[in-house]
Amino acid sequence: MNTGPGVGTFHAMKAVFTRDLKVAFRQRQDLLNPLLFFVIVVTLFPLGVSPEVSFLQEAGAGILWVAALLSVLLSLDHLFRHDFDDGTLEQLVLQPQPLFLLVLAKTLAHWVLTGLPLVLLTPVLGVMVHLNGNSIAVLCLTLLIGTPVLSLIGSIGAALTLGLRSAGVLLSLLIIPLYIPVLIFGTGSVAAATDGASVSAYLALMAAFLALAVTLAPFAATAALKISLSNG
Amino acid sequence: MHRPGYGALMSEPLLQAVDLQCERDDRLLFRNLSFSILPGTITRVEGPNGSGKTTLLRILAGLNDAWSGELSWRGRPMQGQREDFLHNMLYLGHRPGIKSLLTPVENLHALMAGRQPVAEGVLRQALKGTGLAGFEDVPCRNLSAGQQRRVALARLLIANEPLWLLDEVFTAIDASGVAAIEALLQQRAAEGGAVVVTTHHNLQLPDLQSIVLGERAAL
Repeated sequence: MNTGPGVGTFHAMKAVFTRDLKVAFRQRQDLLNPLLFFVIVVTLFPLGVSPEVSFLQEAGAGILWVAALLSVLLSLDHLFRHDFDDGTLEQLVLQPQPLFLLVLAKTLAHWVLTGLPLVLLTPVLGVMVHLNGNSIAVLCLTLLIGTPVLSLIGSIGAALTLGLRSAGVLLSLLIIPLYIPVLIFGTGSVAAATDGASVSAYLALMAAFLALAVTLAPFAATAALKISLSNG
Repeated sequence: MHRPGYGALMSEPLLQAVDLQCERDDRLLFRNLSFSILPGTITRVEGPNGSGKTTLLRILAGLNDAWSGELSWRGRPMQGQREDFLHNMLYLGHRPGIKSLLTPVENLHALMAGRQPVAEGVLRQALKGTGLAGFEDVPCRNLSAGQQRRVALARLLIANEPLWLLDEVFTAIDASGVAAIEALLQQRAAEGGAVVVTTHHNLQLPDLQSIVLGERAAL
């Protein structure tokens, strides 16, 4: 009978990742939601506040960062919810591989589906808010480092609020304080770039956030998932 | 307990519970519950609605932590044996674990991917075996509740884990399907596997053991 080592951890992670992508691409309208939200928020600022070039140049990076942050936040509830409802999450927890790595694979899939498209869209929206080339490059870089941190931190909140019927508000309240440092350093580095100062210190700090989140968040999310499943 | 030289390997309990107790929402579901699951046996967990059948199965599977007592796997405390246990246990919950946007083949592939590598031909054969021939590549949301349940059950035709924990597997399954599953469980027990099921269905199996939950929990 089955006592062998079974499937390798990396293979299992890949299977989780590809399954999540496959499911997402069968439901493309859900995929477009965070992107559309991002574009709408950014386009509304010139209309609602001021179309002045000087204002947009000053506030542009902040607007893009805040919009990206909120759009990731909006998509977080789906991270584990569907899997919890249809029972696939139980099966994931019962896989013999270390659960935190499987959770990491799921979070990575979430980033590829929400964070990465935002980064790819940023140059277009950056031009729209009159950021110069250098600022746009730095903005893209900070979002590239920052959005995975948002997904990883968010996975903890999503796992914690899984058992609740209306998790949205609580999820935001739990997660927003943890997002603030990422936001401050993300926008700070673009401001530094616009002023012509060096951004390497900012980027190093953000990379440190990412390293910290990759190594710690999956463990916390795994513990939270087990608690939520135990009550479910 | 296990006496060396007396019990052959086959008679060593796979899973053993001693004095299990579980409370849920300030209500005592069961206490002093002790039993052994031996290889080659089928055990049915019985009891009225709300008596804790599903909870007991989730405790055995390690999905529920709100219990006290002792659980051992192959004679050793469960805590240290978690990985070996997960390698050798198959749990089917009352939520079937099927993604409605994926096809039966994709679902089975995703479910098996973490456990053992299986060729697609084997998956298709298993789906055919559960009466889903012709539906292998139809998204599961277009299938009926019973058919979706059958997708999950197709795993039983591939699985080689020695212990199966099956929660309400007969839900939404038609009469001929129920008979087929009963035959499958019996065959499984004859091969030396152990099966624990919760069901309200009247199982027509010889040598059926039962764990009765309710007012007084006893073996």
